[in-house]
Amino acid sequence: MTEQKAAGLTRRQRYEAAQRKRAAIIATTSTVLVVAAIVILVPMTPGWEKVQRSFFNGATLVQTFPKLLDAFKINVMIFAWSAPAIAILGLLIALARDTKSPALFPLRIFGTAFTDIFRGIPVILTVYLIGFGIPGLGLPCPWNSPYIWGSLALILTYSAYVAEIFRSGIDSVHHSQRSAALSLGLTERQVTRDVVLPQAIRNVVPAQMNMLIALQKDVSLLSFIGPVEIFRQAGVFKSLLANFTPYVGAAIIFLIVTIPATRYADYLMARQRQERR
Amino acid sequence: MAKLELRGVVKRFGDVTVCDGIDLDVEEGQMVCLIGASGGGKSTLLRCINLLEPIEDGAILLDGEDVSVPGLDPQRVRSRIGMVFQSFNLFPHMTALENAMLAPRRVKGKSREEVRPEVEALFTRFGLADRMDKYPDQLSGGQQQRVAIVRALAMKPDVMLFDEITSALDPQLVGEVLDVLLQLKAEGMTMVLATHEMEFARQAADKVCFLKDGKIIEEGPPSEIFNAPKRAETRAFLERALK
Repeated sequence: MTEQKAAGLTRRQRYEAAQRKRAAIIATTSTVLVVAAIVILVPMTPGWEKVQRSFFNGATLVQTFPKLLDAFKINVMIFAWSAPAIAILGLLIALARDTKSPALFPLRIFGTAFTDIFRGIPVILTVYLIGFGIPGLGLPCPWNSPYIWGSLALILTYSAYVAEIFRSGIDSVHHSQRSAALSLGLTERQVTRDVVLPQAIRNVVPAQMNMLIALQKDVSLLSFIGPVEIFRQAGVFKSLLANFTPYVGAAIIFLIVTIPATRYADYLMARQRQERR
Repeated sequence: MAKLELRGVVKRFGDVTVCDGIDLDVEEGQMVCLIGASGGGKSTLLRCINLLEPIEDGAILLDGEDVSVPGLDPQRVRSRIGMVFQSFNLFPHMTALENAMLAPRRVKGKSREEVRPEVEALFTRFGLADRMDKYPDQLSGGQQQRVAIVRALAMKPDVMLFDEITSALDPQLVGEVLDVLLQLKAEGMTMVLATHEMEFARQAADKVCFLKDGKIIEEGPPSEIFNAPKRAETRAFLERALK
């Protein structure tokens, strides 16, 4: 007892401090070893110098980076108008799939078909089909723009996923909440709007954050049908300079955006887990 | 004419008959306690009265009007019959005050300003004035259940149903919730309770009904049911429950 008092720590606290110290030493050592192995071993490979020249060329990176950033604005723009459209359409599809009214039965079928179809087709295929197909109808400017139809392809595909996440959120609200609200005299619609949806949406925010991150990356798929966004711009530079470094530059720009977003989504999930405990 | 009358109410879930022809009269201002083992049909009966479960056969009359007619607008009936649940079921994303104001605003179409003073008065009456702006998570079980009662009362119902409302509470919190029931009884509220609180039923109920296998086996004033039960099943249940 007196010994413990002298140290100012309980037996348990001293044990845990020792454990933490041990874990820190092991983590540091293994990290140093792995990094050292990469730094030493990779340059020893026969093709390293060539790879370094064509992928990690400092001069090319500096030369192309500002233009890549410029092109990234197009990604941001497409993202900015697609994301809200996806949120709204996704929510509507989720509600349509859960509707019980017989008059809205066609809507329910439509919702189910919609999610089945757009979750079942690779994004790139949807982009191609809609992005080339619809302008092929010979629509007048601006209705032949790949920006519009490419964005639509993304909106349709992502809405299907987002709708399923919303639906799992709606299911996660305990049915007793619905009973309680109904017992007060609220209509089914009011119950959904005032009681179920606010809780459902809150429950799926972290999962939807992941969809946003994925969308940010998939905007690049539109490059296949025309828009000169960052991936396409990097491709142009690659052809001009015969060097792959612009792709690495593009990857860096994506990471600058997606890493903080991923961290934030993780933080939200961790917080939610804590709240549920 | 009784305030609330049940006539041969039958409720089945698949092949299981949960309520098997229940007749019950609840007079205005009466407190009726339903007792019996879990699974006896008490909770289901309450849910049927509130039209949360459609009944297969029989009728439920409120002020002489058959409210169990299939196709009748259930909202209108439910807004006259308040219900409180074992698990409180407060809306976790709203403060206590918002919980209680939601139904008057949505169902009766009143504005926040109209509803607020009435609802605040209810909170004050049940000793919850300083808890109005808290979220359910921030309240004790007893407080949450009292808020749930206030939420139901905010609709000014004619009849209140209580479904084992103290069963999920720590023993020391039961008293504050039962006190609310006594207060309501004193004010003349018509109430039906499903309860395991035998002592409370004995002291406060006007009528006690013993349910078993979906039937009312025996009913009468608490003095008769608890002191001189006529049926063997009632005696057996009470022996176990009062031990």
